[in-house]
Amino acid sequence: MSSKVVIVDYGLGNIFSINQACKHVGLDSTITSDPKHILNADALILPGVGAFGDAMNSLRENNLIEPILDFVKTGKPFLGICLGMQLLFTESEEFGEHKGLNLVPGKIVRFPEFNSNSKVVRVPQIQWNQIYKNDPLVWNSSPLIDIEEGTYMHFVHSYYAIPQSNDNILSYSEYEGVRYASAVAKDNIVGVQFHPEKSADQGLKIYRNWSNYIKNKVYRLC
Amino acid sequence: MELGRILNRKQPRTNQKSIVGNVRIIPRLDIKGPNLVKGIHLEGLRVLGKPEYFAKYYYENGADELIFQDVVASLYERNSLHEIISRTAREIYIPLTVGGGLRTLDDIKEVLRAGADKVSLNTAAIKNPQIIKDASRKFGSSTIVIAIEAIKQPDGEYFAFIDNGREETGIEVVKWAEQVEEFGAGEILITSVDREGTGEGFDIELIKKISSAVKIPVIAHGGAADPCNIKKAIIEGGADALAIASIFHYASMTKILSGSKSKEEGNMSFLQSGRKFGIIEHSDIKKVKTLLKENSIPCRPI
Repeated sequence: MSSKVVIVDYGLGNIFSINQACKHVGLDSTITSDPKHILNADALILPGVGAFGDAMNSLRENNLIEPILDFVKTGKPFLGICLGMQLLFTESEEFGEHKGLNLVPGKIVRFPEFNSNSKVVRVPQIQWNQIYKNDPLVWNSSPLIDIEEGTYMHFVHSYYAIPQSNDNILSYSEYEGVRYASAVAKDNIVGVQFHPEKSADQGLKIYRNWSNYIKNKVYRLC
Repeated sequence: MELGRILNRKQPRTNQKSIVGNVRIIPRLDIKGPNLVKGIHLEGLRVLGKPEYFAKYYYENGADELIFQDVVASLYERNSLHEIISRTAREIYIPLTVGGGLRTLDDIKEVLRAGADKVSLNTAAIKNPQIIKDASRKFGSSTIVIAIEAIKQPDGEYFAFIDNGREETGIEVVKWAEQVEEFGAGEILITSVDREGTGEGFDIELIKKISSAVKIPVIAHGGAADPCNIKKAIIEGGADALAIASIFHYASMTKILSGSKSKEEGNMSFLQSGRKFGIIEHSDIKKVKTLLKENSIPCRPI
């Protein structure tokens, strides 16, 4: 039986391409904003582009916060993408302070205006950027398992994550001299700042590995 | 690991002060009805074939993103654009920007639902700048690309045009660029209508004016051909990405059409006549990226 993946629809983000990527790797994915479906899912994806505060408000208005937190407690696989990764954190400084889902301790901050050479930093970062291993053990027990260090992924963001614990950093990247967490992992939670569904074959590999994990509860090379 | 601290790394001293990140190479596909077309100065369109074939070909050959521009836009055949987007989005897993005739938030929502990742706005933004604020708030800044079509005036100033370079607005492009950034645009796509489709080279002066006026990424478009000029658009112009049409389309046409089942779809009689497209040298993404690499300009390798 195929696993049911629910993509949380709260009005933000290009969920179409996430859905396409899921189907491409054989996942039975559904886009929904119905809290009932969330708890019944085998795995959950929290997408998102846009502003942190608006996203949290939208989750709240759609009564999605409790179901998401309850789902994470079940230990079933959870994937946050882009803003969906940032929402996992304790708080963000985007347009004033905002509280997040607090599933991963840490905060979201903005890229600086200038780099160390006093040159203007272009924000948002819109580019293919490389991801690096923080801890090989964490990497190998994540959907990045067969991704080579230094692989290029597609990033679009103005803010970045600083996890409180080094243990939660799955990969890091650098932009304009700033090193930031480009993927995070904690128990059943994986969060990626980049868009794997927009990162060509290497990004699809991540979906494939995550799909295997949903079915087998273990990351292994296929 | 310490995150967030600005690493005080010694940057190599080069003249490449403008390069911020990995330069993106973005094939641009102008679409009319069901067809990929290409003109000169955005006019005189010639049918090249099915956009889906070209999109897939570019995806498989190292494109970093794709831009679809509906050049007839707004008035008719909007459904065929949606179909092209959703068919393409099922096969390509890189960002897809769609523009042309989008007037309202609902128009934007529809193309995003069809599978676009970003939209580009020109006419709608000029006629009603408020849409930039509303759209970037609703869909996220990074979803909203503002396309500026510039024509150089006799006095050296650049004015923004709408309706595919047909209608003058009297708006000076640098002021307009600063305004769209303030209103929340995530990116600017700057087209030199004077150079578009000519292969005479990017207008470096125009690109530089825009890229030095704003902090959001700038995609340069119009005129790509000569390798030395491509390099200049990045190093001197400060472009973060290059949108390229003619030199890619003409180079890939033969390969794509020979692989497709229905030969009548492309302009085969033109191809078979063996004529060249004016002065334009054919090129491909790999050649352009090799050129960048040889000049120490970072980009995602193929």
